Amino acid sequence: MSKKTTGKTAAKGAAKGTAKSVSKASAKKASAVVKAAKKAVTKKDDFGGLSEDILLRMHDLMVKSRVLEERLIKIYKAGEAYFWIGGPGEEAWGVPLGMLGRKGQGLEHDWWHLHYRCTPTLIAMGMTMIDSIRLIMNRSTDPSTGGRNFANHYCFPKWNVAPVTSPIEVQYPLACGTAHAQKRAGGKAISIVTGGDAGTAEGDFASALILASRKGQELPVLITVQNNKMGISTPFEGQHGETHIADRARAFNIRSRVINGNDPVETYLAVKEEMEYIRKTGKPSFIEAHTTRLYGHSSADGANKKTHMVDPVMAFEQRLLDAGILSEKAVKKIWEIYESEGVIAQEQARTEPVPTSESVWDHVFVNNENADWRNF
Amino acid sequence: MASIAQAIRMALHYGETNMGVKDIFGQDVGAPLGGVFTATQGLKTAWNSPLDERGIIGMAMGIAMGGDKCVAEIQFADYIFNTIDLLKIAGNTLWCTNGQMNLPMVVMTPVGAGIFGSVYHSHSFDAWASRLPGWKIVMPSNPVDAYGLMLAAIQDPNPVLYLKSKALMRHKGDELIPGEPADEKELKAMIDKPVQNAEGWKPRWPDLQEYIVPIGKGKITREGEHITVVTYSRMVHLCDEAADKLREEGISVEVIDLRSIYPYDWQMIKSSIEKTGRVLFVNEDTEVTNFGEHLAYRATQEMFYQLMARPRVLAGKNLPGIGLHPNLEKNSVPQLHDIELAIREVVAEVP
Ligand SMILES: Cc1ncc(C[n+]2csc(CCOP(=O)(O)OP(=O)(O)O)c2C)c(N)n1
Repeated sequence: MSKKTTGKTAAKGAAKGTAKSVSKASAKKASAVVKAAKKAVTKKDDFGGLSEDILLRMHDLMVKSRVLEERLIKIYKAGEAYFWIGGPGEEAWGVPLGMLGRKGQGLEHDWWHLHYRCTPTLIAMGMTMIDSIRLIMNRSTDPSTGGRNFANHYCFPKWNVAPVTSPIEVQYPLACGTAHAQKRAGGKAISIVTGGDAGTAEGDFASALILASRKGQELPVLITVQNNKMGISTPFEGQHGETHIADRARAFNIRSRVINGNDPVETYLAVKEEMEYIRKTGKPSFIEAHTTRLYGHSSADGANKKTHMVDPVMAFEQRLLDAGILSEKAVKKIWEIYESEGVIAQEQARTEPVPTSESVWDHVFVNNENADWRNF
Repeated sequence: MASIAQAIRMALHYGETNMGVKDIFGQDVGAPLGGVFTATQGLKTAWNSPLDERGIIGMAMGIAMGGDKCVAEIQFADYIFNTIDLLKIAGNTLWCTNGQMNLPMVVMTPVGAGIFGSVYHSHSFDAWASRLPGWKIVMPSNPVDAYGLMLAAIQDPNPVLYLKSKALMRHKGDELIPGEPADEKELKAMIDKPVQNAEGWKPRWPDLQEYIVPIGKGKITREGEHITVVTYSRMVHLCDEAADKLREEGISVEVIDLRSIYPYDWQMIKSSIEKTGRVLFVNEDTEVTNFGEHLAYRATQEMFYQLMARPRVLAGKNLPGIGLHPNLEKNSVPQLHDIELAIREVVAEVP
């Protein structure tokens, strides 16, 4: 199990991403011979052996997620939403994760305990742009919260997506609860939990490591941390003494690894392997993924693009261009399609109803009995 | 007659056998101990959690989210405080998801003073609990209600807090739980783990029946004409005692055992006050921002012109803790004579 914990640092991973920019000429050449792409792939960059179909799907979903999140920022900045928080910069982590889980409702399917940077995962699972836009614009048509909660506080019971909550890290022990129920149900379903690096200081993180790893009672849960090296403004070094967060899992005999979450190929392979391990053994596994926080923490700190950081979408796109798997033309088209989908979705959401004042009393209890004490 | 601890055990057995409860868990809840108050002895789904209150509540929420029924225990309510935000989330999940995700879970925990448990084994939680919207909160005062409210809690699709008085855990009532053998010794032989040579022991459960005490329905334990006393849990017995004593002096006291903190039986309180014109609210949580204050406020708002005296709240003193020495505890939470005195005062008040 110790084999799995790599010593790779974020800086190394990140550097790898940026160093990969290849000359324009070779990109052009590659796009000219799209048909020969497969050969070029094996020669220059074998993408971990992933099929072109997977690579193109990942790219497509990453772009879609990015365009959506940038649309959400625009909506916020235009004053059509009160708050923005999201996951641009985490697409290379979130998209493969969403592609790999077993989606559905009930204990035979995977459970998702995600945090507020999880748009890429939900896009990969099939969430439409407009449903995210309805949420940030607090429409009553918002399928997650009916206009009651912040941006990216998703909830999709049809896919076992637990409600995203604002208190940092509480989702971790909940994932142990669903994993416990899944294990009892006897299938191969697992629970997946995501969260940030600063949040690992909360006791709930330790709770999850303990609950997931008790001898003979191990739980099928994929515990993950997206290490973007920042709390809101507290850098990694400001709160961490450990070298890798993943090392903390090792102390609980949880198999763990550190990956470059800015590389969708590395992520895809790692997540796939860990999910298979969990399904096979019924035991937990831990992934620390190094990612980029491309637009800062949230609208609270401006939500402006950080141009000096690795942009995993652009880096992957360039790699595909270089390998001749994508053409410039195709790329342009993909961005345009999603850009227009976002605009249309925003226009549509604008026309949709907002929650009524009286609806504050709805869903206090199941069947809404006893919601208002004045009526007892 | 069963004790409250036995009643809870029997209710949980009924729950896991007939109502789909799949996990009963918490610190020392499983074998060999079966709970520090023995309320979970011999149960087939009971298991020991790590010593981690937040882990217990989080796990319970996850189990409930997955669609399984569970009853989680916090060993003493005194240690539930570090889970407040999780309780808050459990209470708001249905609302935040616009009705899409309910958490059908029960959290039970021993509360209150009366066992000389000192600073960290005497906390009350009812007033705190009443500020957790989305939860139903029950507090039984006798074994039959303890049984019936537990079944109601298990049946309820919402999160339910089941607050059990530490001091009442060994209390025996005067009514049999449906299915309970009439002979106390027989019950003991059937369901109490032997103190010695307990290895391999298995309970023989009586043929228990479904018996539900609806959440939100109070019970009049003493009928009276001169004053209404609204209380719950341990204080019911002190209020009943005060009522019996004062009756001899010609003061007729109506005692309401609220049984549920939320939702609460306002109609019962209201019609009683309409009859007596006077009301005293008694509980042992601290007095500043007390649940009784909410009831007193409501009584004042809705019944001002029917009242013959100012509504009063008799509660625990606003102290940081309850000291171990009996002099300290007894001067911190209401005692029989305090209740008597308060009743006399309200009854003596001339409008
Ligand atoms: C329990 C709790 N404390 C404080 C906050 C305020 N808060 C919101 S996000 C955040 C930082 C989270 O950092 P990290 O866990 O690294 O995740 P990131 O946002 O970087 O993805 C804080 C302190 C909160 N939401 N919850």
